[in-house]
Amino acid sequence: MSEENLDGAPHRAAGTTGDDLVVTGVSKRFGGVPALQNVSVTIEAGKVHAFIGENGAGKSTLGKIIAGVLAPDEGALTLGGRALHMTSPRDGLTHGIVTIAQELAIVPGLTVADNVFLGAEIATGGFVRRRELRRRFRELAHRTGFELRPETPAAYLSTADKQKVEIMRALSRRASIVVMDEPSAALSSHESKALHDIIRSLAASGTAVILISHFLSEVLSLSDTITTLRDGHLISTVDARGATQESLIVGMLGRSLSATFPEKQFPHDDAPVVLEVANLCAPKVDNCTFSLRRGEILGIAGLVGAGRSELARAIFRDAKVSAGSVRLGGDNLSGHNPHRSIHRGLVMIPESRKELGLMMGRSVRENVSLSRLDLVSRLSWVSRLRERRAVASLMERTTVKAASMSLPATMLSGGNQQKLLFARSMMKTPAVLIADEPTRGVDVGSKRAIYDLLVEMAREGMGIIVISSELEEVLGLAHRVLVMRHGRISAELAGQDISEEAVLEAAFTENSAS
Amino acid sequence: MTETLTDHPDVEDLGNAGLSMKSGLRRLFGSWRTAGILIPFLILFVVLSIASSPFLHTTNLINILDQQAAVLCIAAAGTLVLVAGGIDLSVGSTYALAGVVAGEVGQHHSVVWAILAGLLVGLVVGLLNGVIVTVFRISPLITTLAMSYIIYGLALKVTNGNLVLTGSIPGFQTFTNSTFLTVPSAVWMAIGVVIVLAVVLSRTTYGRYVVAAGGNAEAARLAGVRVNAIKIITFVISGGAAALGGIIDAGRLGSILSTSGGPSLSFLVLAGIVVGGTSIAGGEGSGWRTALGVLFIALIGNGFNLLGVDPNWQQIVLGLILLVAVGLDMWARRAKA
Ligand SMILES: Nc1ncnc2c1ncn2[C@@H]1O[C@H](COP(=O)(O)OP(=O)(O)OP(=O)(O)O)[C@@H](O)[C@H]1O
Ligand SMILES: [Mg+2]
Repeated sequence: MSEENLDGAPHRAAGTTGDDLVVTGVSKRFGGVPALQNVSVTIEAGKVHAFIGENGAGKSTLGKIIAGVLAPDEGALTLGGRALHMTSPRDGLTHGIVTIAQELAIVPGLTVADNVFLGAEIATGGFVRRRELRRRFRELAHRTGFELRPETPAAYLSTADKQKVEIMRALSRRASIVVMDEPSAALSSHESKALHDIIRSLAASGTAVILISHFLSEVLSLSDTITTLRDGHLISTVDARGATQESLIVGMLGRSLSATFPEKQFPHDDAPVVLEVANLCAPKVDNCTFSLRRGEILGIAGLVGAGRSELARAIFRDAKVSAGSVRLGGDNLSGHNPHRSIHRGLVMIPESRKELGLMMGRSVRENVSLSRLDLVSRLSWVSRLRERRAVASLMERTTVKAASMSLPATMLSGGNQQKLLFARSMMKTPAVLIADEPTRGVDVGSKRAIYDLLVEMAREGMGIIVISSELEEVLGLAHRVLVMRHGRISAELAGQDISEEAVLEAAFTENSAS
Repeated sequence: MTETLTDHPDVEDLGNAGLSMKSGLRRLFGSWRTAGILIPFLILFVVLSIASSPFLHTTNLINILDQQAAVLCIAAAGTLVLVAGGIDLSVGSTYALAGVVAGEVGQHHSVVWAILAGLLVGLVVGLLNGVIVTVFRISPLITTLAMSYIIYGLALKVTNGNLVLTGSIPGFQTFTNSTFLTVPSAVWMAIGVVIVLAVVLSRTTYGRYVVAAGGNAEAARLAGVRVNAIKIITFVISGGAAALGGIIDAGRLGSILSTSGGPSLSFLVLAGIVVGGTSIAGGEGSGWRTALGVLFIALIGNGFNLLGVDPNWQQIVLGLILLVAVGLDMWARRAKA
């Protein structure tokens, strides 16, 4: 079958560019449920080819098939006219195909540099050549413009930094085809810009880049070709020059979307304060003071690393607070105890669903009900029926798409995993919801559903804090915006003052607003 | 098209997979993990019934249960520890210490005090284990290994290396050996402990939290689960069960030594749990299956005796079975990922 790999003749190895990858009639089912049906695409060398579609449309599945991570049930792949038979990511690598997965794969116990060169260590006789490794790392760092210290243990990295490690890993492999599954989902806008430059330079040097993304503006500005998937079917493959956001949305959803954001519904002028944060100090949080009113949506913007998530975790009493206070509806939250915060009505959706949010191996049902099992149990006895009813209605409300609620979370598409966290936080309507990157990896249609949900919850009287690296999201949703920089609140913007320029200025420039 | 199944809350299982072989089996056994231990257990049972006529005798079967009573209790509790992401290697020594303490206290006080003192020893050991693991963040493997030496030393001190007789303590044998419906009380206690702990793990909020703590501790904590408290309680339960096991055997056998139990008991318990399909990596497991796993190992021993096979083979076979069990678990995890 794979005669091209058996003989000693020089076959097309890693690093060879200039070949087109042709996917013909590929289908894939998971446990009888089709994820892809009869999909054909051609990936041209030196082009950026985007895959777009709703959550669960099959984008990642197609990307994984192309990289050899998954084997198709039907259909064939050819590279430069030769049939490809891949059974593992390693096979993909030998053909010069590299993936940057949606769910990051970083070894926490290794350093940044070790992670970058993982599986392709520079070694002589089994000993890693540290100096050479560091030199190559510096080269890569220079090329990407990423500022990462090679000896930092990967366990301490933020999600965005882990993403950078994955990108550097792919680049170090000198791939001829790179599959990037939502690479910018965790990056801030200026980091995304750096990524875009990398993607462009990769394509210019003859590498084919497959870009899976929910950011249509990114897709339109970067790609040459755009393939749209819906429910596992190929809808269209078009030239990016002729496409518009509207035409892409219609292809993805099968309907058009009136507006990205729902209309803002400001709280009453006399709405009472539900959350008061005064002089809060915690690791990476420096003397933050603000309040939140019933029905208000407060946006927190800033660069990745500015201390936004740390502020959220300090309020949630998950981080050690060194000074200051948090008052929830007049109640002082003290100690170091997320459990108490949740039961007093303060809920947080953490930023990284895989590490901080979900039990990936457990069922959808267990994941959703975990925080408030007390609501579906009596005397510690969990009522399966009540639990299923509660979870089912929450799944509907948050538009989670899953074949069954007993599927483990790993089997859901990335966006649907995110929605599970939303469903969990709604088990009992909280007084205050902190959503850290609430729509990371969520498709446009469902994003709108989540925005509607947030606006609806605010209208019912919840106070909401939205932290987002997507500036557009903060601007589109928030009634008031705090901008953070180096752990401090560097600006508070309200009403007419909320604008992209004002936020960026406060995020980037030193000033003494607080 | 994948439909959202929210309209049919009652259709929980992989409904639309059609009537494939796989989903049919799944419905029959709950999960393949259950089938993985239940089917071999039933096959072994049937084979032994056919191959050896004394096997099916009530006396033989009750005897097996009586001998396994202590192991069943300890393994049922150990399942909780493993599911929560821990491991308890100190149960063998705790078993001995609790047994000898009960025996010694019984020499001077009533049997009630003897039993309570033994149980208290186990609970305290468990509490220490739990606190060291969670508060001081020392790995449970090391903590309980170290603890097992300490406890063994204490048991030696208590007994000065002598045999502790419990036969002379009035009421001690009544606690373990009196029969109800021809079944000794030790077995009834084991059945009770297994049922309670299995139900706790599968049906209560505490059980869910145990699973969550072992599945992803950080996520569980952020979701409001008091992970440290949950883990400490698993160790306390494990210590208490080990003590009960020691007391049961001290009464059943009429005497106990500081060297009883020990590492070989700890390993036997672990083997039973793992053969039952509980994952050593945490986040998954069931008390029912552990009971089957323990009894499966016991049946092999019993079968070897009845059929007159060289007992040395027993250890080798047990080792091979363990490897198969762990291999199946790995395979299942990979299939899921
Ligand atoms: N390992 C798996 N086992 C079972 N079902 C799976 C598995 N992986 C994916 N699926 C299902 O296949 C479908 C397609 O998933 P895929 O991850 O390709 O979606 P996607 O387009 O990448 O979505 P997203 O935008 O949310 O990342 C989904 O319905 C998903 O639930
Ligand atoms: Mg995906």
